[in-house]
Amino acid sequence: MEIVNVAVLPEVTSAGVIIKAIIILAIISAIAGFGTYLERKILAFMQRRLGPMHVGPYGLLQIAADGIKLFTKEDIVPQNANKLIFKVAPAITAATAFIALAAVPVFPDFTIPEWIPLLGGTFVPSIAADINIGVLFILGMMAAGLYGPLLAGMAQANKWGIIGSARTAIQFLSYEVVTGLSILAPIMLVGSLSLVEFNNYQQGGFSSWMMWQQPVAFVLFLIAGFAETNRTPFDLLEHEAEVVSGYATEYSGMRWGMFFIGEYANMITVSVLAAVIFMGGYNDLGFIAGWLIVVLKIAFVFFLMLWVRASWPHIRPDQLMWLCWKVLMPVAVVNVVITGFVMMV
Amino acid sequence: MSLEQFKNRNVGSQTYKMIESEPTPESGMGRFGQVVKRTFKGELFVGLYVTMREMINALFIGEMHTVKYPLEKLPISPRYRAIHDMLRLLESGHYRCIGCGLCEKICISDCIKMDTRYDENQRKEVSEYTINFGRCIFCGYCAEVCPELAIVHGGRYENASEQRAGFSLFEDMLTPIDALKDQKEFDGFGAVTPNADNAIKKTPLAY
Ligand code: SF4
Ligand code: SF4
Repeated sequence: MEIVNVAVLPEVTSAGVIIKAIIILAIISAIAGFGTYLERKILAFMQRRLGPMHVGPYGLLQIAADGIKLFTKEDIVPQNANKLIFKVAPAITAATAFIALAAVPVFPDFTIPEWIPLLGGTFVPSIAADINIGVLFILGMMAAGLYGPLLAGMAQANKWGIIGSARTAIQFLSYEVVTGLSILAPIMLVGSLSLVEFNNYQQGGFSSWMMWQQPVAFVLFLIAGFAETNRTPFDLLEHEAEVVSGYATEYSGMRWGMFFIGEYANMITVSVLAAVIFMGGYNDLGFIAGWLIVVLKIAFVFFLMLWVRASWPHIRPDQLMWLCWKVLMPVAVVNVVITGFVMMV
Repeated sequence: MSLEQFKNRNVGSQTYKMIESEPTPESGMGRFGQVVKRTFKGELFVGLYVTMREMINALFIGEMHTVKYPLEKLPISPRYRAIHDMLRLLESGHYRCIGCGLCEKICISDCIKMDTRYDENQRKEVSEYTINFGRCIFCGYCAEVCPELAIVHGGRYENASEQRAGFSLFEDMLTPIDALKDQKEFDGFGAVTPNADNAIKKTPLAY
């Protein structure tokens, strides 16, 4: 089926990929900004508050106000900081988050109409980099995102930053193991690392979703995804009550904003992965079109992150390590082994 | 929770709900059992349910708790001690203050300054009356001591200002003459109690 697709689709030119990259950058940043608004609204509703209300109707333009604030705020680099690393670190977080999105299918593909000068007729693919190791690439890129908080915390000459970056190292490295192992079982079942293959594997409707076959892997992936995107209950990197703001203590203005955008882009990536790998991808569900259902699924996982943030307390670093190495990792290994046995029998 | 319950300080008699915590397990197996029990008990989902219930209640049942403060205000208790008001007599419209000076005398932060003189009918009139709200501690003594219920505490509590000293003149606190029909009798600090008529004793003059 893919062979037919490749034959029908026009050739992907470098211009198309660049346009796609710009589209991803622009739209995902906007969605990430909108995500902050949604987060504040939903958290507020769950605490019976109203949330942002005053800028624009229902506070919708709050993003614009925040953006203006972030862009115009003074950009402070502390005196004893390692200036170069301090300045580069936020870019690492934002860049790795967006590079990970390069291998994720976002928005359908289209061709720019002929009448537009210069770019007319360029085919814009749905995936910027359609590589056959999609899952591996995304996980690897998100793991590389670890360097953002790590370097930021170490470069800023602040004890809270140091604690934050130490926590970054233990948390991201440990949970990388759980993510990898939990996703390994579905990969074994599908026999491919391509997200398109994952999608095709679950074509049989609701009952063929991977989360029914691999419930343990699904739960493990969600837990590890929360940890890797630094969300409550695993937001140890920048937990205000303990380490002021962790690795982001000394950051202000747009550099801090880049950490923020990176975090939200990572949340979107994890939501997309959960939706495509475990929740049936973009196959049509009954009468609901595929593109709509995948947006709904992604939105649900995103909502779940906010919901959990409103509901659960966060845990201590030692509990985090205990959970990872004594519970989640053994369970993930057992899950992989059992999956292997079942496949062989 | 009603106010009576809230004021009850007798530990043990309140309707507290005691949380039953299990003893800390001693053995490794016990700890393992505790982990398994906590994992599958579904307490985390109770937490999720609670926040979702609150959100639905807030959005659809109208249990939103936000008060949009400058636009909406909560009612304050009549006993609240905010910026003072000067009341007028309802019948004549004349201000109630008789210039006795008790409030100036009792004010513990010395912030009331007043002066009186005789008017053309040889009646006492208040010629100067200011309160320095930069010094006032809103203790309520002036309202309590006033024999005429003339100076009372009103409901204006937004008294942030750019300077420490903020004087209020007699005319600023006096009920505007055209708003006389809206003047409320004060039932807060130092006001006449509801059963004052019964409690009052006949004076010897009545015999
Ligand atoms: S409330 Fe107390 S401090 Fe303020 S004017 Fe009255 S007596 Fe003085
Ligand atoms: S105590 Fe009352 S009547 Fe006497 S001067 Fe003060 S405000 Fe006037």
